[in-house]
Amino acid sequence: VTGPVSHRLIFVTGKGGVGKSTVAAALAIASARSGRRTLLAEISSQTGAQHPFVPPGQIAQEVEVEPALLAMSIDADLAMEEYLQIRLGRLGGVLGSTRLFQALTMTAPGMREMQTMAKIWELAHPERPAGTGDVYDLVVVDAPATGHAIGLLRTPAMFAELARVGPVAKGSRLIGAMIADPAFTGFVAVTTAEEMAVTETLHLRDALHHDGLNLSAVVVNRLYPDRFTVSDVEQVQDLTADPADAVHSAARAAMFEHHRARLQSTQITRLRAHLAEPLVTLPFLFGDEADQCAHRLADALNDAWPVPAANAGR
Amino acid sequence: MTLASVLHGKRLVICGGPGGVGKTTSSAAVALGMAAAGARVAVITIDPAKRLANALGLHELHNDPVRVSLDRVRTNGTGVDGELWAMALDPKRTFDELIDHVAPDAERAAQIKSNRIYNELSNAISGSQEFTAVSKLFDLERAGHFDVLVLDTPPSRNALDFLHAPRRLSAFLDGRALRLLMRPTGLGMRVLARGASPVVAAVSHLSGGDVLADTSSFFRLLGEMTDDFSDRAAGVDRMLRAPTTAFLLVTSAEPHPVDETVLFGRTLVDGGLPFAGIVVNRVHEPLGRRPKASRSDVATLLAHRVSPELASRVAASAEAYQSLARSDALATARLRRAFPAEPIVTIPHLPRDVHDIDALWEIHAHLFQARAHIRASPRRTG
Repeated sequence: VTGPVSHRLIFVTGKGGVGKSTVAAALAIASARSGRRTLLAEISSQTGAQHPFVPPGQIAQEVEVEPALLAMSIDADLAMEEYLQIRLGRLGGVLGSTRLFQALTMTAPGMREMQTMAKIWELAHPERPAGTGDVYDLVVVDAPATGHAIGLLRTPAMFAELARVGPVAKGSRLIGAMIADPAFTGFVAVTTAEEMAVTETLHLRDALHHDGLNLSAVVVNRLYPDRFTVSDVEQVQDLTADPADAVHSAARAAMFEHHRARLQSTQITRLRAHLAEPLVTLPFLFGDEADQCAHRLADALNDAWPVPAANAGR
Repeated sequence: MTLASVLHGKRLVICGGPGGVGKTTSSAAVALGMAAAGARVAVITIDPAKRLANALGLHELHNDPVRVSLDRVRTNGTGVDGELWAMALDPKRTFDELIDHVAPDAERAAQIKSNRIYNELSNAISGSQEFTAVSKLFDLERAGHFDVLVLDTPPSRNALDFLHAPRRLSAFLDGRALRLLMRPTGLGMRVLARGASPVVAAVSHLSGGDVLADTSSFFRLLGEMTDDFSDRAAGVDRMLRAPTTAFLLVTSAEPHPVDETVLFGRTLVDGGLPFAGIVVNRVHEPLGRRPKASRSDVATLLAHRVSPELASRVAASAEAYQSLARSDALATARLRRAFPAEPIVTIPHLPRDVHDIDALWEIHAHLFQARAHIRASPRRTG
């Protein structure tokens, strides 16, 4: 099993609240540790909420955060300016700042997504057409949650269809071709073993299939340990009525974990029954800080999913 | 102050918050609670989980509220005086209905609905769900069939999108772009068609001629309706700011959702919108009076009852739970410091999934009967 790290570009998506960003970071860390020059690209959400891996004040720049690991936040407005400068030189910069241009373009539905996809294409491109940045062995995109990620991935096709001819149509087709190349681009779904998240993962798989794309793997995050047998549970259940406070509260905590673990195992079974793609499970981490959490998950990912050593000749 | 007292007399409850925190469940439980208090309530949701949808009687997208049967809900004798209705929003259909509503005639409506720009616009995920949700809410509010409307806001990139996206799309639709095009030259859309302005020529070159042609015909078709869009946008704004409206933020106790909730809450307060409180979902509540007992102490105590080996596994499980309970308590405390004046209600993380009316009733009991915690606010700055 080589895992999705054999790709050059990976989109990581999943239902909101499943730990998608942390798993994307863990994947990037695991890749960088194997010696690949790796970029973790987050898509600017404009919430002002700090992404755990993108250094403050360094939005839209590729910054080395660990050896071989760089991080950035893709900003659609800045990506548009860069695109215009590449195509039109200084005129592009002037044009991008006019109100009419902004009214016509950035307010148009889909335009931000298109610019984001164009920037991802540029970042993952083996020649970096913008002419400024490093070439990466792997770009991990911490994509938006499922529905928005599908919208984002469909944008190039939508623009190619709308524009038909001209530079936008041509560019959109180039981006679409990169996304559709299974040797180059992979898609990783992150889920928890909960009903809604699993349903959304299966929807994602179907939506990708519809567009001729395939999931490379599904990462099941936050699995509770399954510590107790049936006879254990009977004994622990009795302890929940124990008069001693420390005893019955510990027993109630254990029962809670047991019920959750049982529910999760039902959902894992459901995933295995409906998915042919490889399944990687990650443990629930208790009380860790976000960045430490990503490193611990990178260890777990490495164990579950051996990352091949980087090809030194590349 | 309890959630029940904060929501008393409200006609519109908007449940916002980050994705994946149980917003749909909380919205349904809020609606159930207000129905239990005697109101005729409709909850409007997008894409609910299948079993919850089934529990609410939403077997398909009707785009109109359907009555939820509460006959068999186990309420421990209190009963439900009012009515609960539920609706799963179909964004595309709502958009089409809106066009039918504002178009001067059926022919014009059909032209718009077959325009490519319109189709991309109404099918795009970003913005159109928020726009249509608010639009549907506005129509339901004006129709006046319900005492209370509860909106489960669409899953979005971030919680704030709910406020920004409809405004962006309204600005696009009400022809601000169009007016900008008209103003500098006074030549109207002919300029666009001929590519006379250098900016238009550049955009035309970059985007391909068809896009601009489709855009211009889209705006030309919309042209006569821009006043309707402006009126609606103003009406929606009044509705969201009304004293009978309440924004309820739903979050989990995890760090990222809490960050987003703090930001969303501040935006509501700064924007003068009626922020009513916060629901913290799936909280690991402390078990027992001595949650700080060490793992080995707990294991030793347990070893008097069960084998030492099982005792140590139970103790490990208890330690993991207590660490979750501690971090959840810290997150809740952070929300209380950020919003000392608003009620903050916690719902415990249940050992089972919520997908039937009985479980919703249990959630509702936590929401409405638990006294919301309000701190005296000596540190409040302003």
